[in-house]
Order: sequence, then structure tokens, then C-alpha cells
Amino acid sequence: MERRGTPLLIGATFLLTVGASSLGLYNSYVEFLIMLIGINIMLGASLNLINGYMGEFSVGHAAFMGVGAYVASLLTVWLLANDRVFGLPVLPDGASILVFPLALVVGAVAAALFSLLVAVPSFRTRGDYLAIITLAVNFIFKSVIENLDAIGGPRGFMGMGGVLNAMERTWRVPWLMIWVFVSTVLTLYVISRYVRSTMGKGIVAIRDDEIAAEVMAVDTRRLKVVTFMLGCGFAGLAGGLHAHLLGFINPSSYFILQSVMVMVIVYLGGMGSLSGTVISAVGFTLLLEALRPLGVGRWLAVPLILILLMRFRPSGLMGDRELPEVFPWLRRYFPAPEDRFLKETVSGQ
Amino acid sequence: MASEQPVLRIEGLTHTFGGLKAVSDFSTELHRNEIVGLIGPNGAGKTTVFNLLCGLYRPKEGDLLFEGTQLRGRRPHEITSLGIGRTFQNIRLWNELSVLDNLRIGHSSRLGYGIVDAFFHTRRMRATEAEVTEQAMELLRSFGLERHAEVRPRNLPYGLQRRVEICRALVMRPRLLLLDEPAAGMNPGEINELMELISWVRDTYGVTVWIIEHQMRIIMGICERLQVLNFGETIAEGTPEQIQGDPVVIKAYLGEPVA
Repeated sequence: MERRGTPLLIGATFLLTVGASSLGLYNSYVEFLIMLIGINIMLGASLNLINGYMGEFSVGHAAFMGVGAYVASLLTVWLLANDRVFGLPVLPDGASILVFPLALVVGAVAAALFSLLVAVPSFRTRGDYLAIITLAVNFIFKSVIENLDAIGGPRGFMGMGGVLNAMERTWRVPWLMIWVFVSTVLTLYVISRYVRSTMGKGIVAIRDDEIAAEVMAVDTRRLKVVTFMLGCGFAGLAGGLHAHLLGFINPSSYFILQSVMVMVIVYLGGMGSLSGTVISAVGFTLLLEALRPLGVGRWLAVPLILILLMRFRPSGLMGDRELPEVFPWLRRYFPAPEDRFLKETVSGQ
Repeated sequence: MASEQPVLRIEGLTHTFGGLKAVSDFSTELHRNEIVGLIGPNGAGKTTVFNLLCGLYRPKEGDLLFEGTQLRGRRPHEITSLGIGRTFQNIRLWNELSVLDNLRIGHSSRLGYGIVDAFFHTRRMRATEAEVTEQAMELLRSFGLERHAEVRPRNLPYGLQRRVEICRALVMRPRLLLLDEPAAGMNPGEINELMELISWVRDTYGVTVWIIEHQMRIIMGICERLQVLNFGETIAEGTPEQIQGDPVVIKAYLGEPVA
């Protein structure tokens, strides 16, 4: 039991999501919500890496999500679905099972490369330039897509439903749920391990005191660019999944409102706390759904939450701590990797 | 000694902020295992010299040669990797990280594993981390700080924070150690400990120490040579005893006697 907390937790979540869904225990609305939560966790965790751990201020996370969404869906629809724009599918249904995850990866890589265009100029300077530049990028992304008539322009792009159908015709399992699950676990795994390595802790040092970080042999510029690309790459991965979940995307799906939603998840959960991000992604997604009867009024709830947060808990639910730090008994099941490094060296004496 | 290459040679270093000449035609030579002081009234340009040396500012003119290697144009992390460690006037430890992490991060440029190793904690990454941790703990032990390894620096008393910062500067095993007002805000007891510490560090780690300081006790107690700056210019150089009686220096600190 001890130290096995992580695999047990992953296994239980797998059974509750993919397992139960394969058995047909959920209706399609519940399935949709579960997948949306997974995507929001990925978005929150990836933005937390940039805004929380590294202390930069990116306000256009949705643009990178959008790049992943468009690139992945254009690829899958072109290759696998019968579509207005691209015509008949290029590949047979059977290929879909392989092509779909590959398209997601291509979308993530595209988002990461796109973020490089932002990162290189903005990290040459210090200060708030990243906020201004990412905001501008979010606008640029929207206008570019709106003016690309070939892929639907402002009317949007669809056909991703056909891709999911092709996959399910080949083998009847909840494919999208599986990939959301795998991607969410991968995102959390990679980010949590990254920020616990000495290399990754460099970004916390940058947030804490950039001058000291620069002088103490951390190549701050490179580390910032790499971390930003990593965060944006995961946003692109989440975007690809999001596009296939909705089945229809348009440029305004990936605009300021979406960016703000991810920021609320991060600030609600706590800057620099992954477990906080998970808790707040689950809570926030469910809350927004619960408020659906209010219609547009639910967008009043979001600023209200932010105001209450700033008033009563300015560092977010968890601050920069993880659950095992708040509840020490959890440490038995989820030891922090640094404890391990320390034990190894102490016992080596 | 004269035949040996100096650890640090600065020649004609000049730097301006806008119209202000912060450092003007500054030259010096530091030799192996010396403890040298850099003093002068507030705003004389002492810290600017350090910042130019470690690459935070780019000098307008002049040469900075560390063991014969030109430092001018290099970025701070490269200069540190070459073998220069420093502390700051206002302690700049990372307060969100533990003391141990503060030291471990000092190894960043020599980690020898890539970002993918960091993602998946590969065998190579774990081996490096264990090694880095062991080295950091060893350094902490020799400074008597091992009890505080898991503490965040801000929770330590001021004197210990200074100690941790010196410890962090030594992580990369530098050959030149820059101390920017290490005694600022210390009481007499702490200053005595600091003086012992600095001499001990010099002897144990074989570093050359360059200190900016206002505390006369430290300057007279451990510095072998002194250089005095005022308005960016060197106004005196010599042993502490020579400097102490130098009328130019007294004038710079106290002003002209009123007739």
C-alpha cells in the first residue's frame, strides 16, 4: 500500500472514467463533463507551469489551445472523415486508431512551435511584456482563422464527429475518453516531475529572484523559453481533444473568454500547486455546468468568485502547496521525489 | 607571485548609466588566495564593478580577464560556470525553495541531463540528482548548516542567511568569490564569526576573495589589500594601514574640514 498512492489513484480514476464509460454506465452528458474536466485539468496544469511556477503572466493560453485544436482537427478530418472541405477520407477507417493520437501530437507540437514565436522576443526583456504579447497573439490567432475562408473562417470548422465514428466503427470503445484520460495523466505526470527536478526548480528560482537565478548559473532565457513551450504544447494537446469533444470549433472558441477561464482555474487552485489545479478544474467545470440555468448570468459568477478569492484566500485554495503537504498522512502514499533523493544520499553515508 | 597569472585582471573598466559615470577607468589585479577589499562611500560604484564583472551589466569599455579568459560579452550564467561565485548586498536567496534546493540549483549548468530526463526521472537523472544532493549536503555539513537543509531561508536568522548565501556561492567550486557587503546588518558577534568564516573559506576552498564592505573591523581585520573608489574613480590603493591614514580617503568619507 505504502508509496503506491499514485498508481492506485490513476487506476481508480481509470475505472471510474474509461471503465464505467465502456460499460455504458454514463449518459453522453456525463461523459462529456468528465472529458471536459480532464481537458480543463490539462489546461490549468499547463498554464500553472507558466503563470504559477515560473511567475510569468501569459493571458492568451487559448490561442495555443486553438492552434492545437485546428491543426489536429484539420489533420484528422482530412485523413479520416467525409467532409465538405476535404472530400472523401484519404485513409481507411482502420487507420483512425493510429492517426488520431498522432494528429493530437502534431497539434501539440504545432502549438509549442507557435509559442516559440512568442517566447523568443518576449523573454529577451523582463517584466510584463509577455502579458501584452500573449494578449496580442490571442487576437492575431482569432483574426487569422476568421480570414482563412478555406477552413470555414468565422463560421467554424466541423467534421470531427466523423473521425470519432470512424474509430468506433473499427473498435467499439470510448476512444476519446481514453485519450483524454491518457493525456491528462501524461500532462500531470510530466509537469509534476519536471517541477520537482533541479532543472525544473530553476523556474521557481526565476520567479523568486530572477537576478539571483541568472547569476547562479541558471540559463534563465533558455529555461523560460523551454518551459513556456512545454506549457503551450500541453495546451495544444488539450485543444486537439477539446475540438474532437465539441465536434465543431470556431475562432471565438479560443478567444479571451477561454483564456480567462483557464486563468481562473489556475488562480482558484493556487499558483504552483498541481493538486490545487486539479481540484479547482473539477470544481469550476461542475460549477459552471450547475449554473447553466442562469444563462449568460453565469458569467457574473466568475468575476464574483475571483473577488471572493482575492478577499478571503488571495493565494488560491492550496497556495503553492500540494495535498500531501497540507495533509501529512498522505505522505505515506505519495512521497515527494525529493524525499527519495534525500533518503538515498543519507543512507549512502 | 608576480610571474603567476593573476586570477582576475581588470583594465580600463568604464560604465555609464545615462550621463552618470558609475565606473571610470577602473583597473585592478587579484592574485591567488588574496583577500582584497573594495571600499568607498555610498554610490561610489563598488557594486557596479561586481555587476559588470558577473555580466549583469555590459561594460561600455574595458577588459575583464578571469584567469586570462575575456569575460566581456558573456552572459551571467557562463561567467559563473567559469568559476566566479558571488553574494549580494541584500541577500538574494530563493525564499520559496529550501536551503538544500538553493544549493542544488547552483548546479543547474552542470546537471548533465536533458529536459526529457527531467520529465520521466530517468536513471541518469536520478543518479545526477543524488550526486548533486550529496555534494550540496556535504557543503552544508562543512558550514554546520545541515540541520537547516529543509528550511526555507526566510525562516532562518539573518546571520545564517548570509552563511547560506556564501555556501550557495561556493556550490560551483569557484576560484573567485565576490562578497558584496557581507556584514551589512550584522551585530558585533556575528561580524566576528563572519570574519572567521571568510578566512576559513579562503583556506579550505582555495578561493580568492574580493569584498565590498563598510565595516572597518572586517576591512582592517582580514583584508590584505584595499582599493578605494569614489565617484567611479580609484582614489587610493594599498594596505589597510596605508589607507587608514590617507588624507584623500578621509576627505572622501568625511568631507573637507570646516575652517
